[in-house]
Amino acid sequence: MSLWLLLAVNSITLGGLLFLLSAGFSLIFGLMRIPNLTHGSFFMLGAYLSTSLIARGLDFWTAAILSGLGVAVFGGIVERLILRRLPGAELAQVLVTLGLSFMVADVCLMVWTGDPIRIDTPSALRGTTSVLGLDFPKYRLAVSLVAVVFAAGLWALLERTRLGAMIRAGVDDPSMARVVGIRVSRLFTIVFCLGAWLAGFAGVIGGPILSVYPGLDAEMLPLALVVVILGGSGSLLGSFVGSFIVGFLYNFGQAMFPELAYVVLFLPMLIVLVVRPRGLFGRQAA
Amino acid sequence: MAVRVSRRTFLTGAAVAATTMRAPAFAQQKPVKIGLLTVKTGPLASGGIQMEQGTICFLKDKNYTLAGRKVELVVADTGGNPAGTKTKTQELVERDNVDMIFGPLAAFELLAISDYTAQAKMLVLSLAAAEDMTQRKPNPYFIRASATSSQNMHPLADYATKELKLKRIITIADDFAFGHEQMAGFQRVFEEAGGKIVKKLWPPLVTPDYTPYLAQISGADAVVQGFAGSNPLKFMKQYRDAGLKLPVLGGSTAGDEALLKSYGDEAVGMITCSPYTGDLDTPTNKKFIDRMVRDYGNIPGLYSAGLYINGLVAEAALQKTGGKTDDREAFTTAMRGASLTDTPRGPFTFDHFGNVVGNFYIRRIDKKGDKLVNTTIKTYPKVSQFWTYDEKWFLSQPVYSRDYPPLKS
Amino acid sequence: MKRLAIVAALAVLATLPLWVRGTFYVNIASQILLYAIFALGVNVLAGYAGLVSLGHAGLFGVAAYTGAKILTSGYGHAVVDMAALAATVAAAAVFAMLALRGTGLGFVMITVALGQIVWGVAYRWISLTNGDNGISITGRPRPFGLSLASPHSFYWATFVVFLTAILSMAVFVASPFGASVRGTRDQPRRMTALGYHVWMIRFVAFLFSGWWSGVAGLLYLYYNEFVSPQAVALTASAEALLMVIAGGTGTLLGPIVGAALVVVIKNVASAYIERWNFVLGAVFVIIVVFMPDGLVPGVARLARRVSVVLRSGPRMATTATRDETGR
Repeated sequence: MSLWLLLAVNSITLGGLLFLLSAGFSLIFGLMRIPNLTHGSFFMLGAYLSTSLIARGLDFWTAAILSGLGVAVFGGIVERLILRRLPGAELAQVLVTLGLSFMVADVCLMVWTGDPIRIDTPSALRGTTSVLGLDFPKYRLAVSLVAVVFAAGLWALLERTRLGAMIRAGVDDPSMARVVGIRVSRLFTIVFCLGAWLAGFAGVIGGPILSVYPGLDAEMLPLALVVVILGGSGSLLGSFVGSFIVGFLYNFGQAMFPELAYVVLFLPMLIVLVVRPRGLFGRQAA
Repeated sequence: MAVRVSRRTFLTGAAVAATTMRAPAFAQQKPVKIGLLTVKTGPLASGGIQMEQGTICFLKDKNYTLAGRKVELVVADTGGNPAGTKTKTQELVERDNVDMIFGPLAAFELLAISDYTAQAKMLVLSLAAAEDMTQRKPNPYFIRASATSSQNMHPLADYATKELKLKRIITIADDFAFGHEQMAGFQRVFEEAGGKIVKKLWPPLVTPDYTPYLAQISGADAVVQGFAGSNPLKFMKQYRDAGLKLPVLGGSTAGDEALLKSYGDEAVGMITCSPYTGDLDTPTNKKFIDRMVRDYGNIPGLYSAGLYINGLVAEAALQKTGGKTDDREAFTTAMRGASLTDTPRGPFTFDHFGNVVGNFYIRRIDKKGDKLVNTTIKTYPKVSQFWTYDEKWFLSQPVYSRDYPPLKS
Repeated sequence: MKRLAIVAALAVLATLPLWVRGTFYVNIASQILLYAIFALGVNVLAGYAGLVSLGHAGLFGVAAYTGAKILTSGYGHAVVDMAALAATVAAAAVFAMLALRGTGLGFVMITVALGQIVWGVAYRWISLTNGDNGISITGRPRPFGLSLASPHSFYWATFVVFLTAILSMAVFVASPFGASVRGTRDQPRRMTALGYHVWMIRFVAFLFSGWWSGVAGLLYLYYNEFVSPQAVALTASAEALLMVIAGGTGTLLGPIVGAALVVVIKNVASAYIERWNFVLGAVFVIIVVFMPDGLVPGVARLARRVSVVLRSGPRMATTATRDETGR
């Protein structure tokens, strides 16, 4: 009984981390229709940047925000110089984002070497606390809290601000949005930077759980893709729900079906895609 | 973005070579070429880079001269995939005409090239732990100075029952051949001594979150882990964060010296068994560690030590053949016949399969000041890949795998 | 002019082992050809049908593993090859039936899932596939009694298969079926309105693509005499797709050039450039920035401009190129 409880709570915490990772991807793909395969690299780059900042004495949360900014700047440069020239050219976007991910991975290897780097859990959140009678790591609970806060914040941004309204208009009908006078290209840059910031920030938040090491980018990207596909791209609610579903699938799948551990995420995703191609909450057909 | 040409020739001046003359004048032959197959890109890069560093440290200590002959090092990056390894091996054998190959890093890389190198009669000195390379499918030109996957786990199990008096254990390791073979070796010795393996957990090689497995750890005295690469770091952190308190034992990769700088306090107290230990007090080990720290700023672990040791083995063989490498059979025999005492891992010899018979060290991770170090608490001498079992019996059993030996429940 | 160029290129390729020094480069050439066949297969879907697949390494792997498994069970090469290709086409049918339920990113993700499932089986079903230790085979086939053991003879055999692949692609592209495939890419709704069975066209294209991926998989097995789960990983599928995109989708030459580019950087340049992974990524980015359609169309455009300049002088060239590109 306690096993299932523990897995359930962990599903929620893992879901929180996945939401932070995939929200940016969903936003970028939903608005700009760009499959940003550099997303995993953004995550890893953010984590690596934070190790350098923390080594220089910054505290964890400041490092997280600043690392996200660093990644956002990088993302902005990529968007303006490269992706902007390729509107609608899906294959070219795949090629360039993959190429960039190779480059980022190699630069990280050169700068931070191949050894794994540990990120200390912020001191206030070390240790466990009791949840429903179980000992649970405080930090992981904090991660879910952060995810909920960000989900609420992003929701407010999208539903309650002018910027959000413009983003939603751009997602629903880009050409119409232009006609109405929305500066779609500037919007694209803002959204891409926001998505990149979220990914970098998520990388730092995930650091105390995952550490940072070469190959982290390739491990996290498929997870983001699964979440966005399951939940439906371009939908914040989809990312949110999708993250927790994936969290549950991961935890219970690995524990109950160890034989299928390698495919425990892809099999359900396949089923959902075959049955409902636009995902659970997707706005357009994916 | 600097793109370096950093491969081939590391020749030193003739003056330096002249100061190490011991062979007659006509031995100014063409240099001995060593090909290094390593991984410098991707997730396996940390081990691969250490392998290169260890090799270069050795060559620098010997002034790039072995048995009177100059040495040329050719480094090839396999990318960590078998097809790439095959191509690079062909390059070393056919294009660069190397005399011997150090590496490759991973078992699946070695298995991809073994038939080819055996056919080409190319000597391969590798750290890859695949059991059958020196057991049921032996390669006659293969030398392994490190260990098989289970070679260090047998003594660890012995230590666990005899000294730590552990009775029930849960094993957890990456779900691939290296993990399977390690845990199977531990299991055999542990169960024979009357212990019980409560369960064996196998998370996939790529597992961001170990919680579904950590949640199943209960009802035992200790946990034995066999993770490799950067997984031990992730695992130990998540283990402690989950509030688990059972003592942890590990294989050679789990407590490796090179990983200690990345660990936090969660690793203190972990007991591992390895063919190499940083606190071994031999002159060569001290010299090796000093140079590694001086040149690269890193405490060396078994990947760099393993390559340094390969260098010593190659040197011993060259000294025996008078610097000659063209007679491959004689060269291999000389290498397998090597018996060394002053090495970073202590004394060792080889069995007739080319696998090492030597010391294995049980160490515990302690905190000294603000650094973590390994402290050797017991040494098992002259450990072979067959432990105390009769070789014929051992080989007649199936190879260690995920389900063999079956759990005695 | 174009035909002459093609004949010359083929002649160069056909005689390659005679003028290239050392077996190492002949082996590289064999690899380029077999990956080119794989890329051509992926191109059928990505270039001509507009369906981007990131799971084709799964089909590649089905062929290689089936071949390895049956070979090590003691059957002859003819049986092995037929069985492997049959298995691959069957797998392609299953892939197609599932993947075609989605469009756009959905299609891509279904192929990713399928590729990952094949990879997971290769890794986990150890009794069948030997897990990450892989399966070694001994001996290449002996078509008509000729041995393929030497790099040269293997290269020529691969070249013959490569020629067959190119021919079949050329026939495919020129055929009405090829036109209908392109139609489903450009105007699926209009095609349906005109009475074409779009799903069936895509399905058959998928089978055709799968067949050639299987052929490439078998060649891979015979070349390396070894197969392991790495050959089926997501990175393998991504690389094949990258070869196609970098070379130029929807062209015949594109996938071949792309395959050559990737194989050369990974295997040859990596010997001289330590940060070759970075260089590979940078090359992709540069291609996209300067030649978004891919190398082959980009270079062809460049060549046209150069030839116009050469023929009619600089001033005429500006007018000519303006007309040509509409800019």
